[in-house]
Amino acid sequence: MQSFLENHPRLRHSLGRALWYLLTFVVAIAVNFFLPRLGEQSPIDTLIARAGESLDTATAREQEAAYLKEFGLVEVDAQGNIIRQPDGHPVRTSLGAQFVRYLSLSLQGDLGTSILQYPKSVNEIIRAAVPWTIALQLPAIVLGWLCGNLLGALAAYRRGFFDKGLYPLALLMSAVPAFCAGILLVFLFSIELEWFPAVGGYDDSRLVGFTWDFIASAAHYYVLPFLSIFCITLGHQAIGMRSMCIYELGTDYIKYSKVLGIQESKILMYMFRNAMLPQLTGLGLALGAMIGGALITEMIFSYPGLGMTILTAIQGNDYPLITGTTLLITVTVLLANFTVDLLIGFLDPRVAHGQREKR
Amino acid sequence: MLSGLFKSPLFVTGLVLFGLTLLVAFVTPWVFEIDVDRRVGLAYMPPSAEHWLGTDHLGVDLVSLHVVGLRASLYVGLVSGVVATIVGTVIGVYGGYKGGFIDDLLNSLTNLFLVIPSLVVLILLSSSFEEGRSLTLIALIIGGTTWTWTARAVRAQASSLKSRDHVSLARINGYGTFGILTLHILPYLLSYLFMVFVLQTATGILTEASLSMLGLGPHDSVSLGRILDEAVKNEALLDGAWWAFLPATLLITLIAFSLYVINTSMEGVFNPRLRK
Repeated sequence: MQSFLENHPRLRHSLGRALWYLLTFVVAIAVNFFLPRLGEQSPIDTLIARAGESLDTATAREQEAAYLKEFGLVEVDAQGNIIRQPDGHPVRTSLGAQFVRYLSLSLQGDLGTSILQYPKSVNEIIRAAVPWTIALQLPAIVLGWLCGNLLGALAAYRRGFFDKGLYPLALLMSAVPAFCAGILLVFLFSIELEWFPAVGGYDDSRLVGFTWDFIASAAHYYVLPFLSIFCITLGHQAIGMRSMCIYELGTDYIKYSKVLGIQESKILMYMFRNAMLPQLTGLGLALGAMIGGALITEMIFSYPGLGMTILTAIQGNDYPLITGTTLLITVTVLLANFTVDLLIGFLDPRVAHGQREKR
Repeated sequence: MLSGLFKSPLFVTGLVLFGLTLLVAFVTPWVFEIDVDRRVGLAYMPPSAEHWLGTDHLGVDLVSLHVVGLRASLYVGLVSGVVATIVGTVIGVYGGYKGGFIDDLLNSLTNLFLVIPSLVVLILLSSSFEEGRSLTLIALIIGGTTWTWTARAVRAQASSLKSRDHVSLARINGYGTFGILTLHILPYLLSYLFMVFVLQTATGILTEASLSMLGLGPHDSVSLGRILDEAVKNEALLDGAWWAFLPATLLITLIAFSLYVINTSMEGVFNPRLRK
């Protein structure tokens, strides 16, 4: 085994990275569990206090017991009854035991039960929201990335007028915070011009389904949030690609190729390939950050994706839902980073070489 | 080097724009009466000669709200920028110079917090400090989560500086780690650290606004983000009350844009490779 790994530096590197990310994942779960419990009051205390407010004592007690069992806060005997102290107060489980339970449940993919929408599980709510988020952001990010890179490379190569006009514009576009872009778009195109609807993902009066009517309605609602994410991605990418290309243009291999009289389009290809690598990393990371990235954009447009889910969860102190969504966001970011790490190892000859050297 | 900066039109533009926001924050109170607690009229009154930006959903003068909010946002940016720059620099420069086990440890820590999204940490932390969520606490939380990329960049620079001759000479002359770091490594990073600080400040201001939009803003003060949050929550958008959200939107964009411009123009001047 030892020698096998030594002969396969790439595999060894990948395994090492996988282990590291696994460790990071466990830390992330711990962060997810302990941070909300840092404040003066445990979220569950607040919850029970609120649950009991409008109920008479007997029902309140029953509800409290149900919550306590549901969220694993008290010791339970073999019959599933809550173990109580002589004075009637339930025996609380230790924080450590709660964490172990949370860890094992999370690893099984069970994110718990929502408090606001009580019998619904967090998994269920997230599953309903994620398709909207992906449908909105995946095309916006990929297209913005493509157009941004092309424009950035052009600006770096042509310089002159093209660069002078485009660069400040791209800079301005990338500086506009996502929520500001959203607000401006809504104001301009749906309030003033009334071209597009301001909020929501589809017309409420339509039935959700794969009907022509519904798709047309959803497409109409899609334009503004799409534009706002697309423009920001484009601005960021164009700026990054421009400086990468300017750097590459100053390197010796480009100058040498020019002296040799190699065709301009071919030199451009060389430059593009080298400048592209960091940008590719950027795409991977942007896609990973997708789920958490445009929370605010979704919020402004009341788009029925994950952004709205987390917003309503925060407003209602729905802790299982908050930690469930944040865990999901963290996992996607970790996965994206891991994939990019591995891909770069295969695509970049320098990194691949480094892996071989290390053994 | 400084004269080079002031010859760059981009840098001067950024500086003038940023100066403009400072002017709004600190000179307006001389002209207008600032009062964010008094209701001066009905909800969403349009701009008038008396109240240049009209009133918000409670009937409070919006010029006052913007001045106070802008100051709060600048304060958050400054505090979080200072915290993030200092934490990032200390961790980065120490690890990069020391190398070995300490470097590995600090580097893993940095990477750990680099991949765990800081917005997640911010959301979790802010929602746990429901009661005492002050402006300063938010600034500290933001600074404490956004230092990671500074640490990474500074570490790379420090580990390349440590093999320079003047550092070896200092070591031979008996300087301790602290002396070498402060006298022989940090001075070389100063221009870079200033750029980092500018960017971290912009990040801080934008992050505070995002948090406020999520309803996790400060409880003890108005901020630009909270003006937007209140406007969106109270249907200023649908009512067409543009004065309740447009000025704040433009102010945030103006601050972020001016700081970005300052940062990129400095990069152009300090990094000769990018110069035309």
